[in-house]
Amino acid sequence: MQPAVEFRGISKHFGAVKANTDVSFAIAKGSIHGLVGENGAGKSTLMSILYGYYRADGGEILLDGQARHIRTSQEAIALGIGMVHQHFMLVENMTVLDNVMLGSEGGFQLKPKRAAVEAQLREICARYRLDVDPLAVIHDLSVGAQQRVEILKQIYRSANILILDEPTAVLTAQETASLFEILRLFKEQGKTIILITHKLQEILDITDTVTVMRGGRVIGAVPTAGTTKEDLANMMVGRQIINTLPRAPYNPGAPVLHVQNLQLQDGQGVQLLADIGFTLRAGEIVAVAGVSGNGQSELMEILSGMRLPTSGQVDFQDKALPFAGRSDADGLPRTFRNLGIAHIPEDRLRDGVVKNFSVMHNTILGYQDKLKGRWGLFDYKAIAARCAALMKDFDVRPNNHDLRIGLLSGGNQQKVVIAREVLAQPTLMLVGQPTRGVDIGTIESIHRQLLALRDSGVAILLVSVELEEVRALADRILVMCGGRITGELKIEEFDTTRIGLLMGGMHKS
Amino acid sequence: MNNQDLPRWATAFVMPLLNLLSALLVAALVIHLLGESPTESMAILINSAIVNPEGLSYTLFYASTFIFTGLAVSIAMQAGLFNIGAEGQMYLGGLGLTLAMLAFDGALSPWTLIPIGIVSAGLFGALWAFLPGYLQAKRGSHVVVTTIMFNYIAGSLMNTIIVKLVPDGEQNPASRLFTEAAELPRLNQWFPILGETPLNISFFLAILALVIYGVVTTRSSWGFKLRATGLNKHAAHYAGIRISKMIIIVMMISGALAGLGAVNSIMGSTHYLSLNFVGGAGFVGIAIALMGRQHPVGIFLSAVLFGALIQGGFDLSLEKQNIPPETFIFIQGLIILFCGAMENFYAPAIARLLKLKK
Repeated sequence: MQPAVEFRGISKHFGAVKANTDVSFAIAKGSIHGLVGENGAGKSTLMSILYGYYRADGGEILLDGQARHIRTSQEAIALGIGMVHQHFMLVENMTVLDNVMLGSEGGFQLKPKRAAVEAQLREICARYRLDVDPLAVIHDLSVGAQQRVEILKQIYRSANILILDEPTAVLTAQETASLFEILRLFKEQGKTIILITHKLQEILDITDTVTVMRGGRVIGAVPTAGTTKEDLANMMVGRQIINTLPRAPYNPGAPVLHVQNLQLQDGQGVQLLADIGFTLRAGEIVAVAGVSGNGQSELMEILSGMRLPTSGQVDFQDKALPFAGRSDADGLPRTFRNLGIAHIPEDRLRDGVVKNFSVMHNTILGYQDKLKGRWGLFDYKAIAARCAALMKDFDVRPNNHDLRIGLLSGGNQQKVVIAREVLAQPTLMLVGQPTRGVDIGTIESIHRQLLALRDSGVAILLVSVELEEVRALADRILVMCGGRITGELKIEEFDTTRIGLLMGGMHKS
Repeated sequence: MNNQDLPRWATAFVMPLLNLLSALLVAALVIHLLGESPTESMAILINSAIVNPEGLSYTLFYASTFIFTGLAVSIAMQAGLFNIGAEGQMYLGGLGLTLAMLAFDGALSPWTLIPIGIVSAGLFGALWAFLPGYLQAKRGSHVVVTTIMFNYIAGSLMNTIIVKLVPDGEQNPASRLFTEAAELPRLNQWFPILGETPLNISFFLAILALVIYGVVTTRSSWGFKLRATGLNKHAAHYAGIRISKMIIIVMMISGALAGLGAVNSIMGSTHYLSLNFVGGAGFVGIAIALMGRQHPVGIFLSAVLFGALIQGGFDLSLEKQNIPPETFIFIQGLIILFCGAMENFYAPAIARLLKLKK
């Protein structure tokens, strides 16, 4: 039998970044195929090519043995490809029925079609046990039900190949189980499913075959029955060569940060952080490893005062951080900064800098009240001198503090942010993805800065999705998955297989 | 359209100038269609608004009010807020000022009356802008919508109040005349060449406000926080700026500045509160803020330009019978169209030209 989908030598690059290199594998008809890999492994790019969002630079896609050029997502839909995005594409204040009909209204008058489609939806819901009321309004539905609406939409559009992008990231355990039931029914009906995930248990639970990607390449394409989670974890994370930088012997001081039972739920009741607890001491780097989107960002936002937790206790130097009795976090980062908590945010352009401010103005962001003089006015001579020194120490190029920071390279922007936060002489430094989008030459200098900070006795909490970086910097490692800490290791115990398993949501095996 | 990549001189001077010339070109075309000579009309306009000292003084008189409303819109814009409500805020400012004058103008000297008038105009304007600011900060109600609503509310409210202020036996919907003690000194006392002019010391007040605005926005820690909030709310939050407090405060300052516009119109010129005395000055403030790009010098130049258009347009309609008095409103509309709505119209062309040169 012809495979439902076959990729032959697909390549795609964005500028200098090779997102996909010579990707080839096939997916059998009527099977569930897992696609696993870390962030940036190229899974999403590949699926976007299949769905017509991007066009490959080279290679071809075969559907049922026929080469197809899919130029737009409309063409993909016409060929029976359906995609359920991680973030749902639903109009919140419309009914399920209207959402399904949206884009295929079939005429000026809605009424006649509506009745027909409603009957059809009820039939589909019964057949696939979807449990969705076609007349319910989207914003009244739970996240799991919204996802079923997305699936319903695809079935209605007669999708034969269904792509699900991290479908369980937003689901509870029960919802995940019922989703898998639906997918199995789907398979029985002869449809093909591509499941993008990083959770290894899911791969073992439901897929027939699995493809592991890393760095834009296919590392392995194997039947699920013949593999183990250890194999998958190894393939996913890989073994990389790490440059070891000199550092002082591990000699942690007093506890600086003590987190207990920290919980965070979003407005819809989805648990973003659950039972987070750990202690961070002076002079150590604790790295939080994990695939991005597993609660690390939220943890950093809470610890920097940008977001309030739902509950939990966070002590900083033996005093509780002032979350209690607040309705919003407006202005809280300032309080935290005054306590001695500095923060290098992971989304630099969103949080860390004002793109249209000069480099000099960005070096005072967050410290504007400390640097003001008489009448609340800045002494620009002093600030320019401070900025010049900082740019020299951290080798920010080009050395021109009047330049808008948006014109600097990512690496140099990051140097400005790091310099600014280091200059504040914090007790606790929160570091999010310090080398994301940073050129290789700068990575080592940023790592040196962070290690020097550790050696000088600062407590550092580092979030990174790059295991290489975690290994190069951490004294201890916490691994997060699904908003929980799934494991803790000392750096001597560094083991990519084990970390890969923990990142995939496996507790100690 | 992103004009950030153009050099400063292009965005600050060349583009506004091109926009202005485009507007005037269209105006010239219409004047031609009306059967009058565009060049002659332009000569009359310039002569009566700029060259003639008395005309110039009228231009500056109108500009004084416009500087305040332009500043009001500009400072809110710095925080990313579009305050459409300067019209109503100035109207209420006039009420505050009038209530204070009606209460005290028989008893106090000018030295105390004038500051009281200024403060109460600002205070009433600020209070009128407080609610839209509060609603934006705490409830997320968009300030554009609420300030428009508040203009209408101000209009109706003032209808009700002014009727109550009309003295017995009077027919005009206006308060009584203030005493002489409540009149702002006019500049023709010192410069007789200005002739019969309403130009008064609030012109200097406007210049002072421009200077303070310039210093605060570019050199102070508060101005830094203001601009950070306007340019990147996420980064402002990260920097510990209390965004909701910032929104409320800047809206109140904006309202106060708009309210101060009434000082020139009422204390400086008419000396009584009348129905619809604002006459669109609040809306002109929007055009001025856009055209002046919220820069103090830009605001000054645009305010003078709009003052000149009123003054010159008025004389033009007197001398040229085919040109109606509404010409000013028409040209004003064109300028708003070209400088506001089509602000970056020429940016791609300029960018291409600059690229060619390289």
